[in-house]
Amino acid sequence: MVEQGEIRVVRCGGSTINYRKAIFTLDSKYLLCTSGDMVKVYSTATEECVHVLQGHTNLVTGIALNPTNHLQVYSCSIDGTIKLWDFTDNILIKTFTVGYKLLALYTSKAHEGCVFVIIPKENDEALDSFQLVAVKLPKSSDQEVAATELSFVLNDVSQLPKCTSYGREGEFVASVKGLYLTVYFFRNQKTYRLSLNATHKKGANNIFTCVACHPKEDCIATGHEDGKIRLWRNFNRKKEYTHSTHHWHHSAVNDLSFTPEGTNLLSGGIESVLVQWRYGEETKKDFLPRLGAAIAHISTSPEGSLYCTSHSDNKITIIQSNLRVSAVIQGLVKGDTIKTDLMIDPRTKALVLNGKPGHLQFYSLQHDKQLYNLDIVQQEYINQSGLHQFEVVKAAFDAQGSWLATVEERKEKLTDLEIQLKIWVYKDEMQSFVLNTTITSPHEDHITALCFCNTNETTMLVTTGRDGRFKAWVLGDDSDIYRESVCWSCDFVGNYHNLLATNCCFSEDGSLLAVGFEQIVTIWNPNTWDLVCTFCQPPGKIKDLCFGRLSCSKYLLGTTTNSFLCCWNLLTCTLEWSVGLNVILLQVDPLSENVAAFSCAAENSDLFVFRPNEPRPVYLQKGICQGSVQRAVFTPREVPEENSSESSQWLNRSQLYFLTRDMDLMTFSTKTEEDRLTASSKQLLIEENVPVTPFYLLLGKHRQAKLDAENGTLAAQVQLPQGSVAIKELLQTPAHVLPSATFLCTMFVNSLLISKDGKSVVPEEAEEEMESEKEEDETSDQEMDSQHKVKPEYFVEELVPKLSKKEERDLKRVRKTDYSWLCPFYGKLP
Amino acid sequence: MGQFKVHRVRFFDFMPSGIRCMAFNSKADRLALARLDGSVEIFNFSNNYFQEKVIPGSDSRSIEAICWVGCDRLFTAGLNGEVVEYDLERLCPKYTLDAFGGPIWTAACNSEETHFAFGCEDGSVKLFEILPDKIQFERNLDRQKGRILSLSWHKSGMLIAAGSLDVIRVFDVKSGHSVQRILVDRGSAGTSNKDCVVWNVAFLSDYTIVSGDSAGKVQLWDANKGTLIKTHLVSKWDVLSLSVSENEDSIVAGTSEGTVVQFQLLSPKIGDMETQWVRTRTFKHHTHDVRAVTETRTAVVSGGLDTQLVICPLMDKVEVKSSESVLRKVIFPHRSLVSCAKKPSLLLFQFPDQLELWRLGGTDTIGKPGESLPVTRKPEKLLQLKRKGDDHICCSTISECGHWIAYSTVSSIRLYQLQCDNNNISITKLPKVLRSAHQLQFSADSSKLFVASEQATIHVISLSRSECKHVHTFKPKSGSSAPVHLLAASADGQWLTSANRHCEINVYNLKKLKHHCMVPVYNSLPSAMAIHPETNNLLVTHADQQMFEFGIVDKQYTDWSRKLQKEGLHRCRLKWGTPVTHITFNPQAPSQVILHDTHMFCIIDQSLPLDGLKAQFYSQLTPKDTSETDKPCKNNALKICSKYQPLLHVNLLEDDWLVVVERPLIDIHSQLPAPVKQKKFGT
Repeated sequence: MVEQGEIRVVRCGGSTINYRKAIFTLDSKYLLCTSGDMVKVYSTATEECVHVLQGHTNLVTGIALNPTNHLQVYSCSIDGTIKLWDFTDNILIKTFTVGYKLLALYTSKAHEGCVFVIIPKENDEALDSFQLVAVKLPKSSDQEVAATELSFVLNDVSQLPKCTSYGREGEFVASVKGLYLTVYFFRNQKTYRLSLNATHKKGANNIFTCVACHPKEDCIATGHEDGKIRLWRNFNRKKEYTHSTHHWHHSAVNDLSFTPEGTNLLSGGIESVLVQWRYGEETKKDFLPRLGAAIAHISTSPEGSLYCTSHSDNKITIIQSNLRVSAVIQGLVKGDTIKTDLMIDPRTKALVLNGKPGHLQFYSLQHDKQLYNLDIVQQEYINQSGLHQFEVVKAAFDAQGSWLATVEERKEKLTDLEIQLKIWVYKDEMQSFVLNTTITSPHEDHITALCFCNTNETTMLVTTGRDGRFKAWVLGDDSDIYRESVCWSCDFVGNYHNLLATNCCFSEDGSLLAVGFEQIVTIWNPNTWDLVCTFCQPPGKIKDLCFGRLSCSKYLLGTTTNSFLCCWNLLTCTLEWSVGLNVILLQVDPLSENVAAFSCAAENSDLFVFRPNEPRPVYLQKGICQGSVQRAVFTPREVPEENSSESSQWLNRSQLYFLTRDMDLMTFSTKTEEDRLTASSKQLLIEENVPVTPFYLLLGKHRQAKLDAENGTLAAQVQLPQGSVAIKELLQTPAHVLPSATFLCTMFVNSLLISKDGKSVVPEEAEEEMESEKEEDETSDQEMDSQHKVKPEYFVEELVPKLSKKEERDLKRVRKTDYSWLCPFYGKLP
Repeated sequence: MGQFKVHRVRFFDFMPSGIRCMAFNSKADRLALARLDGSVEIFNFSNNYFQEKVIPGSDSRSIEAICWVGCDRLFTAGLNGEVVEYDLERLCPKYTLDAFGGPIWTAACNSEETHFAFGCEDGSVKLFEILPDKIQFERNLDRQKGRILSLSWHKSGMLIAAGSLDVIRVFDVKSGHSVQRILVDRGSAGTSNKDCVVWNVAFLSDYTIVSGDSAGKVQLWDANKGTLIKTHLVSKWDVLSLSVSENEDSIVAGTSEGTVVQFQLLSPKIGDMETQWVRTRTFKHHTHDVRAVTETRTAVVSGGLDTQLVICPLMDKVEVKSSESVLRKVIFPHRSLVSCAKKPSLLLFQFPDQLELWRLGGTDTIGKPGESLPVTRKPEKLLQLKRKGDDHICCSTISECGHWIAYSTVSSIRLYQLQCDNNNISITKLPKVLRSAHQLQFSADSSKLFVASEQATIHVISLSRSECKHVHTFKPKSGSSAPVHLLAASADGQWLTSANRHCEINVYNLKKLKHHCMVPVYNSLPSAMAIHPETNNLLVTHADQQMFEFGIVDKQYTDWSRKLQKEGLHRCRLKWGTPVTHITFNPQAPSQVILHDTHMFCIIDQSLPLDGLKAQFYSQLTPKDTSETDKPCKNNALKICSKYQPLLHVNLLEDDWLVVVERPLIDIHSQLPAPVKQKKFGT
């Protein structure tokens, strides 16, 4: 989906980590999971992402450990390749090109040199018919090998990987689809097809959802739509097969997994409860409830000490075998729809959007990690279909990030709408937002937009509603006698010919407020609440409104439903220009004059970046993604880029993120940025059995230095600028993995000290040199003292004649060397 | 189908008795079932699960164990301490024998069928020798403390496992000593002060003992070492019944929760010789205690306190889809308990311990089809007649005119004359005429009573106001002694037909007082029969849902019957497994036959063509549809109405009144004791 020079549309952070089953490495130290086009390697102990295996050009659909070498992993992708990785060193070992869309991957110990994949019949997914085939991996030393030797195993299988499972020692493969369970024995190449009734009596629904095979015995566990689990035995007979039914889940069983010894069976579903069934004694069950979201996948570590569940809210939970949660890896929570806009928290620069039901999530894009969830609704979420619950539909930050306004709605029937406007204040001492004011039914109908005034002096919130009003809310004193607490209250209610208010927007300096009333844009003065002027040139309802920034702040931009992008000049109160363009989304970069407009034509989205005062767009890219773009946001960069080329200059200060129809978070990246990223990723080297964290790198350096120091050589010490990096790394590392503070303190202080020899090579300013000399003298004297007290203090000083600075320095170095061997001679001196 | 005004009767409070125990005889393919009221029923599994024989119960008898010996000897033992052998021809106890060990809890017969073992309240196991015509006490095994609740012989006949309170003992039969004493744990902490009752034991031929106990466990023990092999916790409550299949690869256990759990002997790895017992299926067809369970070749049969017998097919054993592959629930007896006097609109209900005579209510209003009419005259209970003696009523009847009532127990027949003079009802008891009867029937003009008695004889008794006189005794030509279970007299008083349990139907001429002919024997039991009032054709339905019409005068099947056999009735008629229990005719439209089973009643018009299986079927679910007849597609001979369920009786009164006796299942359930408490999802 790329092209056009140096700007690429890339999947950035926040991709799903729950798309496929995560797998444990043999030593359970790492967890591998698919994440968009990549495979991520997480440390199970620290939840940190250790490596990202990049190389596939399309969605990764399956991963499996190499059964012959447990340090390697296979991955397959829709791009038609199987790649073999060394995941400890992040090295791509081999690429096998199969040439079919690969949808799932299985390996089996009994079939060496061979992997199993699910491919669409005739390579056409639209046929909705899939096959399980064995791919012979040719033994070749080349990096890229074509694997063309496919042998057919099972026809008409489900494309979902959880619907196929390999049995005891790879002797058979079981696959479920619809109402059929198909078992294929490799030894005698026989297929058995067992079926269930399509009955719906008493709420029964026998459709299979997943399958798992017992690792030691010939038993197949299947999950069903109605929550039943069946254990099949004797399935190598036509008729006399038998199954036992166990029922705990109230709706479909999403995944099943046997523990490696086969003593337990794990199951999970929408109830977000992990159920552990004792194999052979299924009446005894253990539960791990309240896992937060529906369980999508379950996997177990090869030695059985850890389980992990992937959840529908893009989360992986690592669970110890005694059913205690040990770690949670949280990705960006993506529901089916995102009701709030994408926002940037001005404090943390984190992306803010809907998260779990009733929550806002703060997601750090830099670190690709969820920071925290803010519970907005503050009500228990009940997992039941058809139940209407409060949902966060709108949210807005003020410019400093000290106020957050949220709107939540609950709609039972058409007439019956509950709305709450909540305003939150950031408390430094709690490092979080705290509820300040709750306003029940602020408008009589849906709130269509809300925005804060951008200036520092006044804090004002404007909401517009479908009841035809816009309301301004200001911060005022509470009725408290101490006048300490503050709350928000309504200041002004405005309307315009009883039209529906659809948008609102403050100008950059806060001096003007634009409110869109269906087809008419009204400009208000927020200080006096006078209607300044109205615009209504192109007939069409206003979709989006925004003011230009910086030098373009005299312009007001608007898009209409009948495909016009208009720009009004506020000084002349005239339409400056208008373009016939079906803009679905308009986004203003807060740090530059640039405006990004997404338009949708023929199932593809296009991007236009322009400045309101220039007739020519700054940047234009067609076909950035399939379907229309849902949301977009500009995020300020921490360090501005140095792109010189004209087309990529607009990305220098901010980055543009957008959400596609399929809820993929995408961004635009430039070449220089990618180069830098690849360079930095190469630096990471891994030592065996130690999870690499920034702290480890820091600690490792110090250990090395200490070792060197003990050997008597002069150690290279971390210099001050590096020291600050060290502090940063230290602070970024999770606290629980740090050693005790006493141990760290000396190291920390040392890292802040100026190195002794680092400067000795480079000639510096005289003054500094003098100071450092002095210090060094003192320190060296002390060293001398400690080494041997017999030595008189003047001993060296007297001997020193006038020397050049270089000589002096050399001498100092000599002085630092160990003189203890001289001791015996002292006595012989006069 | 005509239009009828329907009396919907729901005041027949028939309450079946709970099932206590059962025994399956695989050689005869028959199931013997004992109920809590002491009655014994025999179901013929090869004949569409028809309730072949019913031995009425008795107040003095309670049955705890039932056992077959050979194909045709049936024994029961009960808490009155007596062992009873039944006469399956006369359908009454043959002899009773006191075991002198207090109440008997269990009985078991060894595989050679030479000895019985009875487990008694006093802790003794008594061995009885089985002789051709009786059983004889042989000896006691070592007496132990605690009642013996369950017994099982090893196949070799050398060892007996006995379940008691908290303990299972293994006895050596030769020496009579206990060789093994296995303690059974009492279950979880809360119940540890209660005795663990071993309700059931089963001794497998590989010296494994299977036990089911009150702690809800099914346990497998090694009988040689006395050690536990495996525990399966099956229920929170008791495991009440246990049964091992004939080839010992399956165990079924019934619990107090109403579930039946199956265990199968499977090898964990395919192709491996090593096997283990694995819990596989769970059936839940009962709401109350499953007191009895057994496994046939193709089905799991269970019965319990909720009075229904459930035959659940094992799909993996059923070869083809047939009547065997349908789940069956037998709740109501396969015979009519209601008799109707048409002219005065009286209904006689038969209960085990009494008869009730009701006069139907009435209405003055005339409504549209489908409307329910208001009852202006309430139904009236005219009479409640308690039986005399301990024995339960086995049959009863009321005469067409409503002046005579007769009932019979195993020991006596009683005949009553009813005098209704302007709402005053008085009854006159007439002297005992005969000893006992299997079936009673009045002639159409109420002048004669036909009594089907022992040895398949039928006595004809003429009735008059002052006395009743024995007129004649018919004996079947074939010399069969099987009990007669159906009688039908023709309206003109010339013919009498009887059907016996050997499927023979004899026709007697009442005028000439001699045997007329015998209907060709069809190998399924007749379930109902009636003689057409005008043509004098005999209409017979059999347990396998077949129907025949036999011309009595011509002594041959009618053309219609032959056509019916060729074409077959619609499969809708065959969908339900219950047999037809009553046949009646519509006097207004002589070609119409009305017959019913538990699930529906249907009207067959003999004048219309039989479309058989191919015809598109037009089901008339409600009588409302009857108004819009005369479409060609509705010209099917068969019309079905399944609006009224479950049906116990359907009959035509005068003036187009149809009386329908229903017994809603919910009423039966409401009279049952509360089931054990179970957590239900969502409550």
